[in-house]
Amino acid sequence: MIPASFDYKRAESVDEAIALLGEHGDEAKLLAGGHSLLPLMKLRLATPSFLIDVGRLKDLSYIRDAGDHIAIGALTRHRDVEISDLLAAEVPLLARAASTVGDPQVRHRGTLGGTLAHADPASDLPAVILALGGTLVAQGPGGSREIAATDFFQGFLETALAEDEMITEVRVPKFGGKGWSFQKFTRRSQDWAIVGVAAVVANGSTGIALVNMASTPVRASGVESALAGGASATDAAAQAADGLEPGADLNASTEYRQHLARVLVRRALEEAGV
Amino acid sequence: MTVNGSQQEHEVEPRLLLVHYIREVVGLTGTNIGCDTSSCGACTVHIDGESVKSCTVLAVQADGSSIKTIEGLADPDGTMHPMQEAFRENHGLQCGYCTPGMVMAAVSLLEEQPHPTEAEVREGLEGNLCRCTGYHNIVKAVLAAAGSAAPSGGAS
Repeated sequence: MIPASFDYKRAESVDEAIALLGEHGDEAKLLAGGHSLLPLMKLRLATPSFLIDVGRLKDLSYIRDAGDHIAIGALTRHRDVEISDLLAAEVPLLARAASTVGDPQVRHRGTLGGTLAHADPASDLPAVILALGGTLVAQGPGGSREIAATDFFQGFLETALAEDEMITEVRVPKFGGKGWSFQKFTRRSQDWAIVGVAAVVANGSTGIALVNMASTPVRASGVESALAGGASATDAAAQAADGLEPGADLNASTEYRQHLARVLVRRALEEAGV
Repeated sequence: MTVNGSQQEHEVEPRLLLVHYIREVVGLTGTNIGCDTSSCGACTVHIDGESVKSCTVLAVQADGSSIKTIEGLADPDGTMHPMQEAFRENHGLQCGYCTPGMVMAAVSLLEEQPHPTEAEVREGLEGNLCRCTGYHNIVKAVLAAAGSAAPSGGAS
């Protein structure tokens, strides 16, 4: 399968990438690792006429201790998140979840900023960043702004990014190594999650987000508020699918996904020690 | 870019996939195309020493990189790479279609984890499918190349 024709430019800086986005408007797409975009282009589900390759912007590949949070450059690859000692110590949920994305070859290419900007509800890391209460830094022609993960995911493959903005950094609060779980239910090891759950206990409250249960990654707010109200993990988990109508496909019916969400949230809460 | 150490310079369409560049422009057909959807791993090559699926990389993205394919593993005098030798010794292939990708993924795996357990080998090769289901001997071969103990349970 061969993508439709497009023009290509390797950006040498964030400013150049943003200028090119401004110039080409909605005909342009940023290309990072390419492991979400290129499969869509090969299937001709996406036909951008201009690709701006930001994959070589090495100054956007870093994982740094920034005091109360860890700052991760948008072009940090899943592999680097997976093996980061800093993340293993401070945000192990993210390192663990990154180690389950795709397979080693995919993790050598895919980037954190790329998977967040693509915003596939079946992807693991958007839900993880949502559960962690992370913040995204987006740069546009007028400068940078911070976007809370809770405001970022707006619809199926739709985000709060403007056409001429790109994610430059992802910030996740430190929570140390206690009280977390990542549950991913698949039929085969490299598959997308049929349903996934990211859970973290921080400062006495529990953040829970679900993979593949809606058109966006979604917080299990019913479970979170039940726990805040004193419910047991088992009782709270029973509300994991409340208000959610996930789509049906070859792997699972709507009802089966709802069932999986309840079971996986219960397992996640148990593993997180809630 | 370099492919197996040899400098390559070509003007190509941006949409040319790396696997097509390797096979049709450079002329090295050891890298196979399997699923063409980044699932099966048959097209695995190394970019700057790391395994990637070359059906999901544009040739232009690899501009300036060092590419290694299955043809680049053996020494110039024909001495096989220890991983190739281990696949031969352990019958780590049946039809052979997945083998170039499997070997390249395995070499990259051992670069990252020189002494993996059997479970780590199986996880590390999760991106490579063998339609003959010859996984047992493939895992044996990778463990042999790593100098680790063979998996328990004897022959498949």
